[in-house]
Amino acid sequence: MADAALFEFLHTEMVAELWAHDPDPSPGGQKMSLSVLEGMGFRVGQALGERLPRETLAFREELDVLKFLCKDLWVAVFQKQIDSLRTNHQGTYVLQDNSFPLLVRMASGLQYLEEAPKFLAFTCGLLRGTLSTLGIKSLVTASVAALPACKFQVVIQKA
Amino acid sequence: MSRPAYRRPEYHKINKDLFVLTYGALVAQLCKDYEKDEDVNKYLDTMGYGIGTRLIEDFLARSRVRRCHSYSEIADIIAQVAFKMYLGITPSVTCNNASRNEFSLILDKNPLAEFVEELPAGRSSLCYSNLLCGIIRGALEMVHLAADVTFLQDRLKGDSVTEIGITFLKKLDEKKYRRK
Repeated sequence: MADAALFEFLHTEMVAELWAHDPDPSPGGQKMSLSVLEGMGFRVGQALGERLPRETLAFREELDVLKFLCKDLWVAVFQKQIDSLRTNHQGTYVLQDNSFPLLVRMASGLQYLEEAPKFLAFTCGLLRGTLSTLGIKSLVTASVAALPACKFQVVIQKA
Repeated sequence: MSRPAYRRPEYHKINKDLFVLTYGALVAQLCKDYEKDEDVNKYLDTMGYGIGTRLIEDFLARSRVRRCHSYSEIADIIAQVAFKMYLGITPSVTCNNASRNEFSLILDKNPLAEFVEELPAGRSSLCYSNLLCGIIRGALEMVHLAADVTFLQDRLKGDSVTEIGITFLKKLDEKKYRRK
């Protein structure tokens, strides 16, 4: 879909520019840029959450919400579903995508492993933002073992 | 067999919204980072340029347009094929001068600004959709066409329409094109 292409191009450019923008190589500088991307993703996630079809907003339990993210949201945003969802049934969920579209163009395997987090920050925020609109406060982090597979870890924050 | 989930109308809208919302978040972030409107505009143009240089391949692969023989053909393709393909709108094209190298794309509706009612306070010179100018400029450059692309009018600034001006800078070498 051409629309998806536009978002992907914009995302790649944002990662490249926001990085160049803050050339501070220290860990502090890196964190700043990652949190800027995550913050943007959060705002977009919140707005997307508000645009979801009405029926989806009446979830019975937390797991239903996560399943919704894995299926419906992921499909709407990335044209595919999350490949696996695991949980410890105590508020921690791990969403695994074996072929994450924003990483697919980069490389396979271990090359560019260091760069991968930059390409995941926005999506972490997106997840956190959508959850927030659905009434769930969370912390979302991502990890990559080998491109283009990655995992998103969602930890629900109890009030 | 049921339609794939992402083809359902509500999800198509979400996907479209994703780009527009992300763009809005980007502009908001740049407004935080830069005090002057000109700096934000320049940054958007630069980012657009970067996108355009890569988007052109995607466009040529999807559209398979043939070689153009005039600037006017190119302007038509940008409006009727590219804009339609990526943004779902078809701006109208007008030629602004006798030497036929200055064109305007008139946008009745600007999808990028769909959720923007007005420019933020103190940002009256902001070219909100300046990314588009950079994209067009970058894409054209990749097919060896130098052009100046700017917003001539913007509904967000109170003008009656949104108008993008494209000025092709070098004379198209017709001989070069015919020899294939």
